[in-house]
Amino acid sequence: METLFGIVVDGVAYGMILFIISVGLSVTLGLMRVVNLAHGAFAMVAGYVASYAAQGLGLPYAVGLVAAILFTVLATLPLEKLLYRRIYGSANELAQVLLTIGLTFVIVAGINYLFGPTLKRIPLPDALLGTVAIGPKSIPVHRAFVIAMGAATVLGLWWLLERTDFGIKLRAAVDDPNMAAALGIRTERLYTATFALGTGLAALGGVLGAELLPLEPYYAIRYIVLFLAVVAVGGAGNILGSAAAALALGIVDTAGKYLIPSFGEFFFYAALILILFRWPHGFFQGRAA
Amino acid sequence: MSGTFRKALLGTAFLCALAVDGGAGSAWADTIKVGVIAPFSGPFATVGQTFKQAIEVYQAQHGKTVAGNTVEFVYKDLDQANPAQSKALAQELVVKEKVGYLAGFFFTPDALAVAPLIDEANIPCVIFNAATSAITEKSPRYVRTSFTLWQNTVPLAEHVAKQGIRKVATAVSDYGPGIDGETAFKQTFEKSGGKVVDSIRMPLKSTDFAPFMQRIKDSGAEAIYAFLPAGPTTLGFARAFSDTGLKAAGIKFFGPGDITQEPDLPVLGDAAVGITTTFNYSQAHESDLNRQFLAKHKELFGSSDIVTFTSVGAYDGAHVIYRMVEATGGKSDGAKAVEAVKGMAWESPRGPVRIDPESRHVTQTIYLRVTERKDGKLQNTEVAGFPDQPDYGFKAGK
Repeated sequence: METLFGIVVDGVAYGMILFIISVGLSVTLGLMRVVNLAHGAFAMVAGYVASYAAQGLGLPYAVGLVAAILFTVLATLPLEKLLYRRIYGSANELAQVLLTIGLTFVIVAGINYLFGPTLKRIPLPDALLGTVAIGPKSIPVHRAFVIAMGAATVLGLWWLLERTDFGIKLRAAVDDPNMAAALGIRTERLYTATFALGTGLAALGGVLGAELLPLEPYYAIRYIVLFLAVVAVGGAGNILGSAAAALALGIVDTAGKYLIPSFGEFFFYAALILILFRWPHGFFQGRAA
Repeated sequence: MSGTFRKALLGTAFLCALAVDGGAGSAWADTIKVGVIAPFSGPFATVGQTFKQAIEVYQAQHGKTVAGNTVEFVYKDLDQANPAQSKALAQELVVKEKVGYLAGFFFTPDALAVAPLIDEANIPCVIFNAATSAITEKSPRYVRTSFTLWQNTVPLAEHVAKQGIRKVATAVSDYGPGIDGETAFKQTFEKSGGKVVDSIRMPLKSTDFAPFMQRIKDSGAEAIYAFLPAGPTTLGFARAFSDTGLKAAGIKFFGPGDITQEPDLPVLGDAAVGITTTFNYSQAHESDLNRQFLAKHKELFGSSDIVTFTSVGAYDGAHVIYRMVEATGGKSDGAKAVEAVKGMAWESPRGPVRIDPESRHVTQTIYLRVTERKDGKLQNTEVAGFPDQPDYGFKAGK
């Protein structure tokens, strides 16, 4: 019983980290129909900025986090204007993949040149060190913090997309860009804002997830399969779906590793196949924005 | 204006042509080339960097000529384990560059892939790292100056048993060296009266180690033996070990020294403190030779922070190659060169070493180290030494 509880707690903690690093991709892929393979690269850039802010400039963790998000969003906005704008729309899938994977290689090489190939870390503040007890099981405070941030992100995004003017206009622009434009919605601005939201979430995930996915220049390529898996299972653009998918995959993976470690990643991918077989468009399809 | 520019361009092109020609021409002169295959880009670029720096340090200390022959190192980049590419690069080095020696090799498969080639071309191959025991059995022209997992693990398992620890869980990455480590530990430890209560093989790509930690906790082990390849996975494992409270619960952490290699220590931070490892080299090794070795790194490259086991592997490898060149008088004869270094003994920055005539692997002192903070910097402090350790895995029979 205690073991079961332990698996669930560890699984939820892992799942929430998966969610927080993939939700940004879900936003760009689902709401803007852009296969942004550079998602991991953006997350990595934010991680490096936070690491530099903390270790090079001695700024506190929270300031580093905010600085990393702002820097990443501001640095990627020109990319949106110059590059991404040309490849919006589902007719350009090949161009999207080629452009964003190329961009990833450029960023990987740039980071490697600037920071070197060794691992970098973002030192945690004292408040996030140590462990917190949940019943008979104790988990690191940092993971509890990530779980809370993940929950806040789910609620925040749900409110933004379902309950605000911005969300209504965005969903209209996604469903029928021409009609939305004819109604006077400035779709270009809307897309820019959504792109910024996507990269901001990538940045948040990169910084918060750095304890689990350590920063090194190949981060951008190494973990992209993980991000895509969560988005595929959750249904692109579906926030609640992404959260459910991340939690399901996290718990299945944790249980598999605990019970039969020699099976390796088997359970993760088996779950992926079964879920996609049953729900080819991800959990809660049809409700996707 | 443009005329001058054109002249300058032509001049440069001409000079380049001369330089290239000169380079090719010198192959028949008294220049002996050594082809080094190692990762110089990609995730393992630091390894290639340490190889290259150590070789340059060796040449700065001992000169570039041996018995009238100039020794020149040619570097080829192989960014990840890729046997086919390794063989292609070796072939290029032998046929086009006319190298008389092959060296380097970080990954086992890359080293294994050149066995038929070195036999056919009769050139020696000095391995600076690749640590699976079986390699030197595959060709009589392999000589290795690094270590093997067996070599590091056997004295460690005996040490753990002597501490009165009876129950140990092993946790290794699920690949060749990891399984070598697990087998070596289990055999030695159970022979010494201990018991391995759980053997966990973790997928190489693991990112979340919490489930393994829970398993270790449930197994009731007093200590763990862990091996993972240096890099992000080690960091995740060591952090999970302290984050999930296993460290606080008094469970001891043992492993081969790769997991606390010097370039990773600043990132591991306090999670590394107290990890006990056995290894052939620590940057903190107390000897004049090691101090000179580090000082030369600092002088040439501005820092000696990344000097680690791969550095001494390459440094001693260069020493072996120099001896081979000396013995063969600059002629390319692999069999004779290897024969000349069998039984060769010398003092290395890591301590006294010797090439075992049978296994052609380096017999050396294995040190017991504890990772601790000294003057604000983490280091692997050597607390004991086990002299004359051979490769226990040579012909161990799988």
